[in-house]
Amino acid sequence: MSDSKNIAVLGNFKDPNKIMHAANKVRESGYTDFDIYTPYPIHGLDKAMGVKRTILPYISFGGAMFGLGNAVFLMWWTGAVDYKLNIGGKPFFSVQFGIPIMFELTVLLTALATFVALWALCGLPKWYSDLQDDAGFNSAVDDTFVLSIFATDQRFSLETTTKFMNEIGADDVRLIEA
Amino acid sequence: MSVETVTQTANGSSPEHLTSASYQNNPYPVPDSQREPLVLGNPSIHDVTEKIAGIVEGKTNLKYWLAVLICASIAGLGFGAIGETVTTGIGVWGSNNTIGWAWDITNFVFWIGIGHAGTLISAILYLFRQKWRTAINRSAEAMTIFAVMCAGIFPVIHTGRPWFAYWLTPYPNQMQLWVNFRSPLVWDVFAVSTYLTVSALFWFIGLVPDLATIRNYVKGKTAKSLYTFFSFGWTGSMRAWHHYEIAYMILAGLSTPLVLSVHTIVSMDFATSVLPGWHTTIFPPYFVAGAIFSGFAMVMTLLVIAREILGLKDYITLKHLENMNKIILATGMMVGYAYSMEFFIAWYSGNEYERTVFINRAFGEYWWAYWSMLSCNVLSPQIYWFKKARRNIPLMFVISIFVNIGMWFERFTIISTSLHHDFLPSSWSYYTPTMVEVGIFVGTIGLFLTLFLLFSKYLPVIAISEIKGIMPGSQPVHHHDEEHHH
Repeated sequence: MSDSKNIAVLGNFKDPNKIMHAANKVRESGYTDFDIYTPYPIHGLDKAMGVKRTILPYISFGGAMFGLGNAVFLMWWTGAVDYKLNIGGKPFFSVQFGIPIMFELTVLLTALATFVALWALCGLPKWYSDLQDDAGFNSAVDDTFVLSIFATDQRFSLETTTKFMNEIGADDVRLIEA
Repeated sequence: MSVETVTQTANGSSPEHLTSASYQNNPYPVPDSQREPLVLGNPSIHDVTEKIAGIVEGKTNLKYWLAVLICASIAGLGFGAIGETVTTGIGVWGSNNTIGWAWDITNFVFWIGIGHAGTLISAILYLFRQKWRTAINRSAEAMTIFAVMCAGIFPVIHTGRPWFAYWLTPYPNQMQLWVNFRSPLVWDVFAVSTYLTVSALFWFIGLVPDLATIRNYVKGKTAKSLYTFFSFGWTGSMRAWHHYEIAYMILAGLSTPLVLSVHTIVSMDFATSVLPGWHTTIFPPYFVAGAIFSGFAMVMTLLVIAREILGLKDYITLKHLENMNKIILATGMMVGYAYSMEFFIAWYSGNEYERTVFINRAFGEYWWAYWSMLSCNVLSPQIYWFKKARRNIPLMFVISIFVNIGMWFERFTIISTSLHHDFLPSSWSYYTPTMVEVGIFVGTIGLFLTLFLLFSKYLPVIAISEIKGIMPGSQPVHHHDEEHHH
């Protein structure tokens, strides 16, 4: 028992309005290391939690530029530099005939960058969670909103955090230990 | 305020909130509240999990495996026919010097077109905030991927030596040759492979949260570990959802022009040639409309059966089917317009070869293909002007089959009639398919159905998290106000 470590205090919610209210309260109380697990995205909840806007679009844009650059370079270098082949007197390279492939490679690389960046930003795949044995936490992918305030938060203390959770209307407030 | 507005729009929550806060129990009477509900029977959030995950967890019966066996056998027949083609040579097909692209390319275009409805539903309807898409997007996207896989088979075997299919891609080789980037056939290679990849990524991203739901629902050890693996350890963290929603939006935004580009490029395979009947500027929009038309028909065919067998009538409701029938009617009219415009331009161009090809198309040796196309695609959907017809299930099943047939004939008509009478009357010819070609086509239908059957049993057929998010009472009411009150 002595080497058990506090991981987080969890509380359940069923009502989307209450979880929204709770998220605002948690943010206003100064907690930063907390999360809410929900079965579907709740509009505006990320904002209420104070989640910073994701940098994902910039990564996607990087992918787009990389794809476009590659397409132009590929067609120009193979056709106009490495092996000039006269086909019906058409130019060795021109933007016009390059448009379809420039477009397709841009889309392809943007999609791949978005895919990789999404999972990297979410910290996935990660097949283990400290909370995974908690029944309430597991029902977060079904029909429960689970608020979790982690022990790593500077403001965390078992008594006050538990009391705070009860005050903002969480059900079944509980401590998770590892 | 303006800064805030920008952020809201960018994270995707604002338009949704502004246009349809009405979904929730809000005090203002809005038209939405008088709309037909998207999910019938008023299930709870948990009921949705039970219903969809229950399909995965439920036991399969003999009938299911019999259906899989039959479809897989048909697919096997197709692979046998491909084997015959590859080992003997393309000569086992009915294509000849005059008609080089016959059934094979017809089937390629047919299957690629089928896929387009899935992307339309998953991406375009998403950007337009059409909530009814949530019931059908998952299965339509699955259909897209399976259809593109079937489509991919045809050009590869058409090369005659499919083990050299990688020659289609630009790679450094000992002959120092590169592909010809001026050729629309090369554009096609890029378009189709990009389409398959992006559709698969989009589909998988959509699946992850639902796989997590199923992971926590199933009991069996193997099933649990498989769903655990593929759900990537998704927990439903709102911090992850934040990235997720943006990623979903970006992919929807990418897929929208992508789907239009794919059939545009497919049409350029024809339109950039100088052959009468192919060399027309109407081809790209005409092909895209036709693709969406045929795809919706295929979604209809599959969903009418699936909702019956899987007991999803409360989720895929008559409202959904009616909406799809409206799209079928609209796109059917578009292809009808294209057919008549082609004829008009053939006459108006004053080009005698163009005219001859079109007269030959309607009244020549292939008249039966042309008129089958016209009656299936243009006449049969006209019944959907009547609401009763749009909500009649047996009728919509029949019409969807008609459209599938009609759209196959459209591609056949375009390809065969333009080719069989070329500029040199001495080389005029006629084309009839051989059993091998029929076998390959029927085989791809078997493959498509086998994959769809497996999907409908082992993956969530309805986007669980998406449907939960649009149910009445699932979203908070007036959350933006709340912030301002503090």
